[in-house]
Amino acid sequence: MTALRRLWALAVIPIISIVLALLLGSLLIIASSLAIGESLNLLLPLIAYESLLEGATGLSLLDVNAAGVPSLAFSIDPDRAARALTSTVAAAAPLVLTGLAVGVGFKAGLFNIGGTGQVLVGAFVAAIVGAAVADQPVPIAVTVALAAGALGGAFYGFIPGALKAFTGAHEVVSTIMLNSLAFFIIVGLVNDIFKIVGPSFARTADVGNAALPVLFGRNGTVGVLIALAAVPITWFLIYRTTLGFEIRTVGANPSAARYAGMSPRRLIILTMSLCGLFAGLAGSIEILTLGYYPAVFGTGIGFAGITVALLGRAHPVGILLAALLLGGMRAGAPSMQITANIPIEIIDVIQGLILLFLAAEVVIRRTFRIRAERVTPGELGTVAKTYGEGTV
Amino acid sequence: MTQTVSAPALEMRGITKRYPGVVANDGIDLEIRPGEIHALLGENGAGKSTLMNILYGLATPDAGEILLDDTAVTIAGPADAIARGISMVHQHFMLVPVLSVADNILLGEETMANPIFLDRREAHRRIVDLGKRFGFDIDPEMKVESLSVGWQQRVEILKALYRDARILVLDEPTAVLTPQETKDIFLVLQRLADEGHSIIFISHKLFEVLEIADRITVIRRGQVVGTRIPSETNEDDLAELMVGRNVQLVVDRGESHPAEPALTVNDLRVTDDRGQESVKGVSFEVRAGEIFGIAGVAGNGQEELVEALTGLRSPTAGQVSVAGKDVTRHGPRALQQAGMSFVPGDRHRFGLVLSFPLEDNLILTQYDEAPYSRGMVRNDAAIRAWAKQAIAEYDIRTPSATVTAGTLSGGNQQKAVVAREFSRKLTTLILDQPTRGLDVGSIEFIHRQVVAKRDAGAAILLVSAELDEVLELSDRVAVMYRGEIVAVVDGPTAEREDIGLLMATGRRGAAAEAALVAATHVTGPGVEA
Repeated sequence: MTALRRLWALAVIPIISIVLALLLGSLLIIASSLAIGESLNLLLPLIAYESLLEGATGLSLLDVNAAGVPSLAFSIDPDRAARALTSTVAAAAPLVLTGLAVGVGFKAGLFNIGGTGQVLVGAFVAAIVGAAVADQPVPIAVTVALAAGALGGAFYGFIPGALKAFTGAHEVVSTIMLNSLAFFIIVGLVNDIFKIVGPSFARTADVGNAALPVLFGRNGTVGVLIALAAVPITWFLIYRTTLGFEIRTVGANPSAARYAGMSPRRLIILTMSLCGLFAGLAGSIEILTLGYYPAVFGTGIGFAGITVALLGRAHPVGILLAALLLGGMRAGAPSMQITANIPIEIIDVIQGLILLFLAAEVVIRRTFRIRAERVTPGELGTVAKTYGEGTV
Repeated sequence: MTQTVSAPALEMRGITKRYPGVVANDGIDLEIRPGEIHALLGENGAGKSTLMNILYGLATPDAGEILLDDTAVTIAGPADAIARGISMVHQHFMLVPVLSVADNILLGEETMANPIFLDRREAHRRIVDLGKRFGFDIDPEMKVESLSVGWQQRVEILKALYRDARILVLDEPTAVLTPQETKDIFLVLQRLADEGHSIIFISHKLFEVLEIADRITVIRRGQVVGTRIPSETNEDDLAELMVGRNVQLVVDRGESHPAEPALTVNDLRVTDDRGQESVKGVSFEVRAGEIFGIAGVAGNGQEELVEALTGLRSPTAGQVSVAGKDVTRHGPRALQQAGMSFVPGDRHRFGLVLSFPLEDNLILTQYDEAPYSRGMVRNDAAIRAWAKQAIAEYDIRTPSATVTAGTLSGGNQQKAVVAREFSRKLTTLILDQPTRGLDVGSIEFIHRQVVAKRDAGAAILLVSAELDEVLELSDRVAVMYRGEIVAVVDGPTAEREDIGLLMATGRRGAAAEAALVAATHVTGPGVEA
């Protein structure tokens, strides 16, 4: 009973945020159909969301007749479901990792906005190292490339961690700047030193045997397993080890951490490096699935990690669920575009709305009269505090 | 009060408030007469705060009614309470230090000359008049941060009076005051009562309650267990009523048997956050098996001294050694390993992680030691077992070991810190305000533990702004004044008045009296230089 209640207390804000985002999203769906000259169809959002669900899971709930009027009809095609679910988990895998890259930071009271930069550095290092070991046996090539990418990301998390620990530079500011720095330096490198001859656009060499082996379906790679494994490992680290206890203590009360003989500096650096490691791994998985690093590698997974971590309340299991939700939306979007003729970008808008509502927690609590859990005020950012202190 | 009982200014009838698992107030009746000083006594968690929160509109009662001047009212919130003439002076002052006295008083109750501008002249006039009426001269232009604690309290009271408070609730007003300051504030309270104000006085100090109150209501476990008139009761009677059993108010500490010096401090100098030297060359030694008390008005360098001794702040000069080993500038971890244990004064800032479960807080300084961890992995079975033992041994009242520390009452939070710090292997124990805000039952318990630790051979440094506590426990007493130790006296024979004067002026006898008079006249009221 109390366990359920606690779970509900944690889940209520994310659930309300998702529902509100979908409601507001449905207005945008109607508006976008009107904008391209279609007649007003109030049932369009229903059709759109249903095809989104179908694209993500293979589950069909509606049947739409020629006049565009839907009727309830439950059906499931096993082949389609398998394909859809594979796409969903494949899309969710990097989001789990970037979600952890933000969520673990919250535990230490750090707000890591640098996921994007850490993803890019990790991806780039994985592409370069992957190309260098392209002729090695697959297990070695993949392991080396992934490890290199993870370390690259960790290094890029270490920098803002060290800056904060030794100079007090706030990680929100330094990571935002480091994001741009990583993007432009890598674009320069790919267009210059690491550009290969042949293709019509600038890209790095093929990673060859370092490409992630596909284990199931069309795109169910090793990356899915890595992301799935990262969830229990992170949970264990945070809640079952002394290091995790130190990280949580620094996040909840840095003064008490100092009093207890912990070193907040060391922990800040360590946690930021760990966050970078997760993000770097996410980037490596993306790039080793693609097979090379393209001239401009635009990826939203770094920032999406913030939504994932907030939606999952910084808990590894919550992050997994949130990543599956966002991954499912990404996997299902093309089907929605085809069925309902709605631009795929509506998914990004809905994701943005979820983040907006999550960030407006106070407003939501007031509106829906939900009592807040006890949160102790501290010196660190409110967002990090609120989400960094969930229950075990 | 006289035979003719006037109509009560405030009546609370059958107030009941339930929280999950506890009945905080169980049919409480309270009647406050006009011009009465009514003391509210009770242990931590007895329900005093809940009752006052209900009166102040911060909580809604499940049952019962509140009558002001015989009219039933519903108090919607603090603003409503203030509008109805109820004001509260919190234990932790709600003042903005960088603003002037007048600004602090006007905050939220602005006296306007027109819709845009404040009428400062009128406001000043009212503040000065109010001060005069109740016996203290105050300069409305002084910055609150330059006032002593006692004067800050007067500002809080003025704030209430400025809002035409008829009923004043004072939550442990004397907790942070010196004996002299307490006397002064009592004069003010008496004057307020004479003018017809009703005062609800919450305190743990029985002798004070007996001195100031017209009537005393005692609450235990959410119920009123008795109302007394000071002339018909005494400290032992009140303590027993509060706790429900016979309480030994002053722990029988017996003879001390000091051995070799365990903690030696030599010419220690420490600067505070603003870069001011606040500990100016302090030297002392605490021997194994003795309690060395440091008395002093808060803000005379004790905080920085304790932080320097416990590794939280780096001293600028001097040496500290524990058991003969130089530990100057060692961090908290190294000091713990050297056998030092520390009960911090600010349990919310240092002692506890309020959002963590009680059981995690009980191992906060031992989390990486056996048996609470094996290698890098926590040993939950051992943590649970210890939590169970600590809760029983130290009488921590909690629904379970897994509730967050923030949900416990102050007394129980403190017991958790004490349980943790006293249970480790230690040679030196540093206690900073170990019983701040605790009730007599908890104080008795913690004092017993302290004496037991002393008799087991620990060197104990006790720093407290509570002079009574220092005097009751210490084998030797040092007085700290403006960053220096101005005197060290034998504990059992120390004179309360003598120490009080040393705390206030750094001097003794006639010289101190002269200094006191000079201070009030030359530098104006409340200046702490």
